[in-house]
Amino acid sequence: MTILLQTKGLSKRFGGLTALNNINLELESCVILGLIGPNGAGKTTLFNCLTGVYPIDGGDIIFENRSIRGLKSHVTTSLGIARTFQNIRLFGSMTALENILVGRHCRMKAGVWGAIAMNRSTLKEEKEAFGKADELLNFVGLKGQGDTLAKNLPYGDQRRLEIARALAVKPSLLLLDEPTAGMNPRETAELTRFIEQIRTELDLSILLIEHDMRVVMGISDRVTVLDYGVKIAEGSPEEVRKNPKVIEAYLGRLGTMMGKRAVTA
Amino acid sequence: MVNTKKIYLPIVVLFLVLLPPMVGNYWTQVLGNIGIYVMLGIGLNVVVGFAGLLDLGYVAFYAIGAYGYALMASPHFGIHIPFWVMLPGCVALAAGGGALLGIPVLRMRGDYLAIVTLGFGEIIHILLNNLDPLTNGPRGLLRIDAPAIGNFVVNSPFRWYYLIFAGIIFSAFVADRLNNSRIGRAWIAMREDQDAAAVMGINILKYKLLAFTIGASFAGIGGAIFAARQGSVFPENFSLMVSINVLCLIIIGGMGSIPGVILGAVILIGLPEILRGVHQYRMLVFGGLLVAMMIFRPTGFIPSARRKMELRE
Repeated sequence: MTILLQTKGLSKRFGGLTALNNINLELESCVILGLIGPNGAGKTTLFNCLTGVYPIDGGDIIFENRSIRGLKSHVTTSLGIARTFQNIRLFGSMTALENILVGRHCRMKAGVWGAIAMNRSTLKEEKEAFGKADELLNFVGLKGQGDTLAKNLPYGDQRRLEIARALAVKPSLLLLDEPTAGMNPRETAELTRFIEQIRTELDLSILLIEHDMRVVMGISDRVTVLDYGVKIAEGSPEEVRKNPKVIEAYLGRLGTMMGKRAVTA
Repeated sequence: MVNTKKIYLPIVVLFLVLLPPMVGNYWTQVLGNIGIYVMLGIGLNVVVGFAGLLDLGYVAFYAIGAYGYALMASPHFGIHIPFWVMLPGCVALAAGGGALLGIPVLRMRGDYLAIVTLGFGEIIHILLNNLDPLTNGPRGLLRIDAPAIGNFVVNSPFRWYYLIFAGIIFSAFVADRLNNSRIGRAWIAMREDQDAAAVMGINILKYKLLAFTIGASFAGIGGAIFAARQGSVFPENFSLMVSINVLCLIIIGGMGSIPGVILGAVILIGLPEILRGVHQYRMLVFGGLLVAMMIFRPTGFIPSARRKMELRE
């Protein structure tokens, strides 16, 4: 299998706080990698580094055999890295369909003159984009909701729309930041199936931050565990589940108050 | 929505074409004043309404367009470039001004952006007053050439009305096309959530600069028309109040909506004229109406409704 994404000794500091310390990750194509860890472990920070939101302080990020260190967000996106946000960040006063069209922005070309003249190539491009956006709308199960303003959609649908918007980028790597947050068990189960469907039907890799262990353990091919900005474990869901370091990170070391973060158990 | 637009648009246009002979010279003159503000409103609406960048110095580009034409078509330097040649020149000058302002403020947002643009507007105003050799200071520039096509000189309120009308149609068309394109979507996404827009693949710096440049271009046209119509320009014509008025008419009409801008200009510039009947209470009544309006219709008279998707199969 070819390696899609690789981080080599990636580090990120905020003042005196080391949010990510020497992170080495490898992600092959068409794989779901679960990313777990307690609150504040650096999971979302890692997403922000991968998508160019934060500049990184050390190490390198290799995506499709080229370094993407220091590239701006819109560039990493056009290279094929798309993401969703932990707290939904749709464009509220745009319709669902328009939100998806924005995701397709980097795959379109029309400039100012094309937009004003609406010449044949622009018209063709727009039609194509609308068609694709409609397809994606159906794919995520929002058929017929295209003209609804994003902010008026129910919560679960907003999560789905955010995924559709990310998929419009035509990514080879999809970063999902807690996609099931705030969902009830039924919705969670549906979305879990849907994520697997995305991977198999669209043939892409998914990096998944998730707190619901049933989801992570259920669909991840491999799981990486972060704690205090350090990678503490990696392996199949089974291996990670049994790893004493992981259990400690989540539950604290029983009886030891000397530990760096002993939790009274 | 699309169909109603197809019906009412020609009716409105026809009505506006037939309007001047019905209302006479004075009101045609007033309509011309309103028309120039409509053009400015359409331009500022690109910056504020679409892209969400609060620009309080928009008058600067209006001034650049007006002085650009005035200097190139008056006895001041003895240069007399025809209006139709100079018009694209004024657009280019104003667009250049827009880019010049855009570059330093690219990384700013919200309040900070508003303050810097406010400063830019004031700088241009002060330059006009003090750059005597170029602008003739507070004495202004006089005897500016009127536009002409052959022997047909645009010199009566009626002729000006139709020229301004054509300018508005052109501006509204361009703004509408931009709004309904990939570029308009990028602007609106940027307005809604700049960081999310960047992560969705929109080059924020590029689209901010584009908004400033294109917004300023409209003011360039408005400025050239203003200078040629008044036949003279003075620094007082380009005070902060112009920026405030244009911003107000966008808010009254409905942010991001082109019909809203037109209605806003009619209300903000036209109403004080209509209210001349109530003499000294005119501005009091006007101010009261504005306050009432913001309480009862905070989103403006014609808020921008995201259109139905016309191209959808």
